[in-house]
Amino acid sequence: MYSFKYQKPSTVAEAVQMLNSADDGQVMAGGQTLIPTLKQRLASTDVIVDLGGVAELRDIQRINSVISVGAMVRHADVAGSQIVKDAIPALANLADAIGDPQVRNAGTIGGSIANNDPAADYPAAIVGLNASIHTNERVIAADDFFTGLFETALNDTEIITSVSFQIPERAAYMKFPNPASRYAIVGVFVAKFGDGSVRVAVTGAGPSAFRASEMESALQSSFAAASVENIRVSHADFNADIHASAEYRGHLVTVMAKRAVAKAAA
Amino acid sequence: MAETGIGAAVRRREDIRFLRGAGNYTDDMNLTGQAHAYILRSPHAHAKIGSINTGAASHSAGVVAILTAADFEGVGGLPCGWQVNNKDGTPMSEPKHPVLAEGKVRHVGDPVAVVIAETRNQARDAAEKINVNYEILDAALNMNEALGADSPVVHDDVGSNLCFDWELGDKAAVDEAFEGASHVAKLDLINNRLIPNAIEPRAAIGDYDLSSGQYTLHTTSQNPHVIRLLMGAFVLGLPEHKLRVHAPDVGGGFGSKIYHYAEEAIVTLAAGKLNRPVKWTADRNESFLSDAHARDHITHVEMALDENGKFLALRTFTKANMGAYLSTFAPAIPTYLYATLLAGQYTTPLIYCEVKALFTNTVAVDAYRGAGRPEATYVLERIIETAATEMGIDRVEIRRRNFIQPDQFPYQTPVALVYDIGNYEACLDKGLETADYAGYEARKAASKQNGKLRGVGFSCYVEACGIAPSNVVGALGARAGLFEAATVRVNPTGSVSVLTGCHTHGQGHETSFAQVVSDMLGIDFDNVEIVHGDTAKIPFGMGTYGSRSMAVGGPAIVNAIDKIIAKGKKIAAHLLEASETDIEFKDGQFTVAGTDQSKAFGEIALAAYVPHQYPLEELEPGLEETSFYDPKNFTFPSGTYICEVEIDPATGVVSLDRFHATDDFGNIVNPMIVEGQVHGGLTQGIGQALFEGCVYDDQGQLLSGSYQDYTMPRADDVPSYSINTSPTACTHNVLGVKGCGEAGAIGSPAAVINAVVDALSEYGVKHVDMPATPENVWKAIRDAQSS
Repeated sequence: MYSFKYQKPSTVAEAVQMLNSADDGQVMAGGQTLIPTLKQRLASTDVIVDLGGVAELRDIQRINSVISVGAMVRHADVAGSQIVKDAIPALANLADAIGDPQVRNAGTIGGSIANNDPAADYPAAIVGLNASIHTNERVIAADDFFTGLFETALNDTEIITSVSFQIPERAAYMKFPNPASRYAIVGVFVAKFGDGSVRVAVTGAGPSAFRASEMESALQSSFAAASVENIRVSHADFNADIHASAEYRGHLVTVMAKRAVAKAAA
Repeated sequence: MAETGIGAAVRRREDIRFLRGAGNYTDDMNLTGQAHAYILRSPHAHAKIGSINTGAASHSAGVVAILTAADFEGVGGLPCGWQVNNKDGTPMSEPKHPVLAEGKVRHVGDPVAVVIAETRNQARDAAEKINVNYEILDAALNMNEALGADSPVVHDDVGSNLCFDWELGDKAAVDEAFEGASHVAKLDLINNRLIPNAIEPRAAIGDYDLSSGQYTLHTTSQNPHVIRLLMGAFVLGLPEHKLRVHAPDVGGGFGSKIYHYAEEAIVTLAAGKLNRPVKWTADRNESFLSDAHARDHITHVEMALDENGKFLALRTFTKANMGAYLSTFAPAIPTYLYATLLAGQYTTPLIYCEVKALFTNTVAVDAYRGAGRPEATYVLERIIETAATEMGIDRVEIRRRNFIQPDQFPYQTPVALVYDIGNYEACLDKGLETADYAGYEARKAASKQNGKLRGVGFSCYVEACGIAPSNVVGALGARAGLFEAATVRVNPTGSVSVLTGCHTHGQGHETSFAQVVSDMLGIDFDNVEIVHGDTAKIPFGMGTYGSRSMAVGGPAIVNAIDKIIAKGKKIAAHLLEASETDIEFKDGQFTVAGTDQSKAFGEIALAAYVPHQYPLEELEPGLEETSFYDPKNFTFPSGTYICEVEIDPATGVVSLDRFHATDDFGNIVNPMIVEGQVHGGLTQGIGQALFEGCVYDDQGQLLSGSYQDYTMPRADDVPSYSINTSPTACTHNVLGVKGCGEAGAIGSPAAVINAVVDALSEYGVKHVDMPATPENVWKAIRDAQSS
């Protein structure tokens, strides 16, 4: 780890100020990616702005037809939240299967989606539940937020404050974990909303979470596992590593989608 | 006594300190004035070193010294402890393994320079300022191409990548047996490369005392005397009386901490040069890039059978990866610890094995839990199940038809070993019973109902442990003896310190050895202390590996205790005014036979050290004895492993549903520790079969270089094991023990893969290479379906 200055603001406004006055400041949420990366000297920064002291980012609340989750809410808190479990059990389940207990008790939703690791779980829920990402500057729609491998629509000094998820009629997330890291090799989030619309969001397979539109159309006609079992997504741009080829990931998208639909429909 | 004696499941006394975080590991030690070493390692698999510019680095904050190969002029290379000869009798190629790379780097992670600074971080900062000018060369990585005329050559002075071309067995006779065979089964197998991953990364601290000229090396070693010998005599030229090697608590070794590593020589040499302690601790990334790797064979095997499934002959052709350099015991692993085990539990009369050992631009490969024997078991047990399936003979039945029978022991195999005892069918029968094999078909049907494929696999292994009779291994090329030593020091008040040459790094010797002593001397378990790991304290011993500690170190302790008892009888006879021959020793009392005249062990100890009423003319005072025990033979643990897997055909995920182990370890000192050893061994073997795989890319970069990509087995990956025993006592050591540390890792990979292949047999799948990852299994299904 290279040396850096550590700052701990108590408000978002203060955090933005600190970032603005740093040469190459870095926001830290739960630190689950940032700290290991710094320790391995794969990244460096002059100032760490730790959001851990910003109390306003820690709420989970239901506001009409959405569940709002503060950016600094930890995965374990989402997994254990009665509000989330009552409204979107699939979201609680997803959070409960991220990493390990240590990660779940330190990692945050804001940190996860701002980092946009292609194998992270949350992006599937963000896209699958048509969430809105609230920042100190604006509101960004899920479909506009993830722009590429580790890339998002956020500006350099823009800080996520909360995420509001649409409450679906039914939803489920199925993940095929990397056996080593337990990140998602493929994760599919399926949600059916009260207006009849369906979203199928895939994480792990491509550079960034995406919607499987052919599956969505098929499920809008008939929300049943059989509707997707023969739909193959193109794996042309998929990730490939020593654990899974692009072709295998493509296959798994169909299998996980089918299982997610079956689980949501049950 | 019974609750702490031989055979009792005594809880491990060392766990009190380990579980409380009170262990004393090398990295826990910080010496006054200590500086820190950081090793600059090669980022390339194969490159010429043009120049190393340390100018900027030497001015970096906190830097004390920077060492390169030039600072090691006159220092020897890291020695290899075993010589294997080629088919024509010429010795293997043994290129120098320099402490720091000389002129060329040969694998990613090869040490190039050392920065010593006041802090570890300063050393690392400075290392980043060293400018090494590399001329990158193509790398030799693939064993199938490494002998090709256009292959890059790892060692220019060797001229090719062949380390040795070795054989065992009469090829002509074996080939002739194949001519007349009714059936020949053939299989191509890969024994996947593994990375050991002890929980404690390696660490070393060099220390130098100017007043005495004494060097001390604190290190993470399984065998401190071996390190003292290798580093002192062959690398740094330090006489043994001026070099102390101390291996305190060590957090797992599995073989990877047997070897003498460059970092040990670096910190020792640097401590002398700088006259201050120098510490190095690997980070996990360095462990992946510098700990000796394991396995890595490519094998073609053929088995000849008669029409009844009787094994006629076996021939195997193996390529074994040595990596870039010869690690300490590397040449022995794919030869004398591999080919000699190819008879397994069977009467196969003719066996031939050819092994070509190759250099590649990868980390050195050496022994790892099982060391050669898992590879042999895998080859044999896979080809047997393949042959049985092809011939339509039940896989259990074909083994029964070929087992060495109990009345055939001692049994001379065609591959050099003489098994002393065993009862293979008894293990198999017990295994089938505990595994509820009769209920298997019902379980398979139930799995099918759930859309899953169930398979069962067997593995009947033999291993050669208790390494080893020194004259035998000497004849086979070992450059060391493999005896073990123990000193039993009875203290004046009757407590006992046992100084053992074995080293405990997870095995629980402090408990199990104390059980033996307490049992034999009839004294309280808590009055026995086991001392190990420090050449300044213990007699010259060879350390712990190869499941040898109880089988070789145990008898050394027993023999020393016998000497103590014999001397105690003499003292008792004097004190009791009786004849020595009339003194009996039992339950801690020296008694005149047939009388109530007796002296307690503690009284005898006191008399020995306060020899006021003592036969000083005939007997020396004191009560301390040493024994060096050289084993008469290897020991031959054996067993039957039965594994049931369930496979999700849609994803290829293999779930290990049941695993039943029935082992013959001979007599057992502590059944709880033995069971724990089997748990660990099985999990490592299952790790090899299903999860672990070391992967290099085509540039020689290690892709599986962290836990993000190297899949270690975890608790939720394995079932609750069923561990059983079916013992026959070893005939040639006094304890009747055989050793249990490696069995699980030796027997289990074949059982798992046999089960996977059985589950996939309905698709016509004949083989799946390890690790049977989800994608590998899915591809096997898909390929079988499309063919």
